[in-house]
Amino acid sequence: MPDSFHLDAVPIRLERCGKTFAGSARALEPLDLTIRGGETIVFLGPSGCGKTTTLRIIAGLESPDPGGRVLFGEEDVTALPIERRNVGMVFQSYALFPNMTVAENVAYGLKVRKLPRPERARRVEEMLDLMHLGEFAGRRIDQLSGGQRQRVALARALVVRPRVLLLDEPLTALDAKLRDSLRLEIDRLLRGLGITAVYVTHDQGEAMALGDRIVVMAKGRVAQIGTPREIYYQPADGFVADFIGTMNRLGGTVRGGMLNIGTASLPWSGADGAVELLVRPEDLALASEDDGHLGGSVAAAVFLGDRTRLVVEPTDGPALTVDTLGRSELGRGDRVWLRVDPARVLAVP
Amino acid sequence: MSACAQDASLPHRPAAFPRAGSGWKGEPLRLAALLAPAAAVFAAFFLLPLVRLILIGAGGAEGWSAYLTTLIDPGHLDSLLSTLALSAGVTLVTLAVSTVAGLFLVRHHFPGHALLVALLTFPLAFPGVVIGFMVIMLAGRQGVIGTITQALTGGKLVFAYSMAGLFLGYVYFSIPRVILTVMAAAEKLDPRLEEAARSLGASPWRVVADVILPALKPALISAGALCFATSMGAFGTAFTLATRINVLPMTIYTEFTLQANIAAAAALSVLLGLITWAALAVARSVAGTSVAAAG
Repeated sequence: MPDSFHLDAVPIRLERCGKTFAGSARALEPLDLTIRGGETIVFLGPSGCGKTTTLRIIAGLESPDPGGRVLFGEEDVTALPIERRNVGMVFQSYALFPNMTVAENVAYGLKVRKLPRPERARRVEEMLDLMHLGEFAGRRIDQLSGGQRQRVALARALVVRPRVLLLDEPLTALDAKLRDSLRLEIDRLLRGLGITAVYVTHDQGEAMALGDRIVVMAKGRVAQIGTPREIYYQPADGFVADFIGTMNRLGGTVRGGMLNIGTASLPWSGADGAVELLVRPEDLALASEDDGHLGGSVAAAVFLGDRTRLVVEPTDGPALTVDTLGRSELGRGDRVWLRVDPARVLAVP
Repeated sequence: MSACAQDASLPHRPAAFPRAGSGWKGEPLRLAALLAPAAAVFAAFFLLPLVRLILIGAGGAEGWSAYLTTLIDPGHLDSLLSTLALSAGVTLVTLAVSTVAGLFLVRHHFPGHALLVALLTFPLAFPGVVIGFMVIMLAGRQGVIGTITQALTGGKLVFAYSMAGLFLGYVYFSIPRVILTVMAAAEKLDPRLEEAARSLGASPWRVVADVILPALKPALISAGALCFATSMGAFGTAFTLATRINVLPMTIYTEFTLQANIAAAAALSVLLGLITWAALAVARSVAGTSVAAAG
């Protein structure tokens, strides 16, 4: 990537940014968050969790409730409208100007900034090349596919060298295959440009692939902030655990430093009493009857190519999802035994 | 044209509908039969009178050159130009007022919103005569504006019986149609487009010029063409305000009834029709097919 594309990495700080819309419940509880310069942060959560509201507060499309502040670097931008914040935005619906060509769309921000024409043309061409859109410069927007449109939208947002790039569900409108390839392209761009980026999605796969850190949100609150690994392996609560990937819940009891699940007793540090355990499907292993901890029968087996996902109904308790090898020959009705590795189990009190 | 549609559906002649087994050969005949009632009405009420009108226009002492003479007659030319100017002015002012008001009404909801929209569309219910009457009530010799200006300055401001009064009446009369069209188009605007433009640094005015107006353009052209055509041909309001107002429909009326100059009246009618039709045709080609309804 050419040097001229490397953008200033501006940190963003939100201080007590809450949002209450007139006549409805609070959309966002007051939030404190620092986004490091050059970091890609992903807001993840179901619809109505406050993630888009947070993005729009950073953008300047919504103002936080009184007392909240938004800082870009050292500058307090709380009172600035979006057109004076120098942000780049990419929307789920692309939001390209239908009355302009691809090149005119990309040039729009430079034209508004009154850049001289030759400089404008040079930067537009550079950006179109970077996004592999050179051959489409003269096309109308309705002559492009969804993936191409979103690349134009990215080019248009980036060509003005914004202080932060804001992406609101940019891949949601695309089909699965395009989504994957564009996600890789966005990843390459964000790393290459070194720009501070805020990405909103409800798709945990996108969040894990793109985010340096993920902010999981629910009902206007932050449920957890962490790296994808932290979120996946150390979910802060049951909501995060359920929202990210697939999580099994196992009931057990602790007595005298031993955890009892199924027929097994495992060494365990923790207070006595009933516990609920969270286990990922890939952390439950098939075992022989002798060293298995839990017995059950296969209720369903789904072949996914690289793995086979089993739904196992234990003798008591809710059904468990277990990932095993793709070549597994197990099918409905087979008796299986499962092993639990205490090191890979999380207890929620 | 509703009479036309009704007539087309009226006749039930079994002979006109060949049996399904007769194949494609009967198809053109069947289509012709289906079109016949509409074609008959079209011929009887439009084509024949129009041809007759065109012929009458050329039926005077001068023959076909009467069209040219009519056109270059200073009185008629003046009437034509002032009608064009009036209609263009009414169209521009109506579009400006309705765009601002329509956008505002779509974007802001407040108590009484529905009532206000209903009130704004009220003039649709009035014939031209009533509009003229209302203009007189407002700006006539006994009108509200006259009374107020007399109390304030001692001089009475009266402009109902002139082009200014007609202009006011036409704008009032045209606003509802245009406002409804603008509101329908504005509701379909994607708010993300405006947000995208603003994120790129565009001021609110630039957003209007670069995003909102281009998106509303087809609707504005279509509504504007209709407004222009209506102003060109409207008669009732002008007739109510004053018989001396120099607009083309009034000139035609005067030539026809008072001067009994039937050839000139016919020539002017054809001219009026052609100009209005041309305006709609241009609008249609600029705006795409969306003006079809207005034509």
